[in-house]
Amino acid sequence: MSKLFISCDEATTICDKNQYGEASLYDKLRLNLHFLRCKICRMYTKQNTLLTKIFGGYAEEQCAKNRCLTTEDKKKLESEFQKKLK
Amino acid sequence: MSVITKHTLSPEKWVQSYSDYLYNYTITRVNNDDLAKDLVQETFFAGLKSMKNFQGKASERTWLISILKRKIIDHYRKINSTKGKAEVRMNFYKDGENEGQWIEERAPNSWASDADKNIENTELKHTLEDCIDHLPEKYSMVFKMKTIQGFETEEICKELDITASNLWVIIHRARTQLRRCMEDNWFNN
Repeated sequence: MSKLFISCDEATTICDKNQYGEASLYDKLRLNLHFLRCKICRMYTKQNTLLTKIFGGYAEEQCAKNRCLTTEDKKKLESEFQKKLK
Repeated sequence: MSVITKHTLSPEKWVQSYSDYLYNYTITRVNNDDLAKDLVQETFFAGLKSMKNFQGKASERTWLISILKRKIIDHYRKINSTKGKAEVRMNFYKDGENEGQWIEERAPNSWASDADKNIENTELKHTLEDCIDHLPEKYSMVFKMKTIQGFETEEICKELDITASNLWVIIHRARTQLRRCMEDNWFNN
């Protein structure tokens, strides 16, 4: 089992993982222990949670976009491809 | 008695039938319009070249996707080689007695107390987009697959042939860099 006391680098890695709900219980325990003695990482976590919200809003917007090739793109692709077919 | 249909290939219809599907598949992974178009074109060309290897077990579309998947892994390997490595700025001491601690000038600064207002703001989204675009390609690719497209960790690892711990290190580096970029260009601007 990996160590109980972790560095800021490791703590913030766990914090990032936790933003996706994928940190283990042991990870969360280590993270909270780290918070007891590190104000900066506590702040990082708070900011990170806000960023996750912002990323989420952006993601929704992106996924709503219908991503297709334009007719022009297809024509270009078709003509390149026809050359190869011959 | 069962009849097994053998699939056949009709390359003259590929562009019309599959280019949108392949493009869509690619853009959610590489998130770069020109690159996605190139990969789709390369897939069609490669398909044409290896038509004789098609056994008819899978549908034409599935077969083309399997070729495209190889192309995406190849691309990822290329950006994962030496080039991408030096670009990311370090936020933590790599060795010495401070190993793993924040480098002072890279540590987070506090944000205004109303930082969480207006997070649906369009300008903010533009700033975020710029920040993502400034990530090294390897980081932005993995970050977007995980965060924007919402792929499962396991799926990304399989598709890009990386380990889970590898993935989290990349996500961590991408997010610390994005945090910093958003701090400089939005929150404390």
